[in-house]
Amino acid sequence: MTMTVEELIGKELFKVVAEGDDLSRQVTGIFCCDLLSVAMGRAPSDSAWVTVMGNVNTIAVATLADVSCVILAEGAQADEMCLARARQQGVTLLATEEPVFEAALRVHELIHG
Amino acid sequence: MADVIALTYEISPDDFTRAGEASSDVKSKLKQVGVSPAAIRKVAIAMYEGEINMVIHAEGGKITVEISPTEIKMILADKGPGIPDIDRAMQAGWSTAPDEVRSLGFGAGMGLPNMKKYTDEMNIETTLGVGTTITMIVKL
Repeated sequence: MTMTVEELIGKELFKVVAEGDDLSRQVTGIFCCDLLSVAMGRAPSDSAWVTVMGNVNTIAVATLADVSCVILAEGAQADEMCLARARQQGVTLLATEEPVFEAALRVHELIHG
Repeated sequence: MADVIALTYEISPDDFTRAGEASSDVKSKLKQVGVSPAAIRKVAIAMYEGEINMVIHAEGGKITVEISPTEIKMILADKGPGIPDIDRAMQAGWSTAPDEVRSLGFGAGMGLPNMKKYTDEMNIETTLGVGTTITMIVKL
């Protein structure tokens, strides 16, 4: 089973930091990692990427690896430039106080029931 | 699209806020000319890694991208310090990136291995104290 980014937002599990320009895209999996080069090479396209890195390069990696959204866990904040770039590139940026594993588990439960 | 389209980008040194702009631009141009999403992803990943390397290790440089009907060729030329030990640099996990770069989430030692993994051909020419030129090809 999959769901759309819009449906994920609708569950209200995560704070919406920036709404992307394509909320109808599918979330087909989850990827967790903070090392950007690893995320770059390994994050599947259309996955929800859970990380604590909230800098401008996070958005570059999200765009190029073509993930469906970024979830900042552990209360990590997106800095100003990250936020501006997310808006400019149309990347959906969500946030939660929960740790990385729990945040990923929420999405997993939604996708796989 | 019988002709070769050539794009060139100047990469500024030490500017992490702009790193990725060239790769993003190439990505959107490839989309416009109808290249497959799988090939676009390969080019985007390989080029971004190269771009980041130029920002971290070299004094910036120039990237040329040639798009032909059969392949996409990326030529990344910098005037940086050169790579003393290519075999070691190619090992996943080997990194010489400074701590401030690591704190941004880079420096995992995955740059060159990712570039190799996502391209069909990769060639490194490097001379210590002169610079490095990396040529990568993704076949269409």
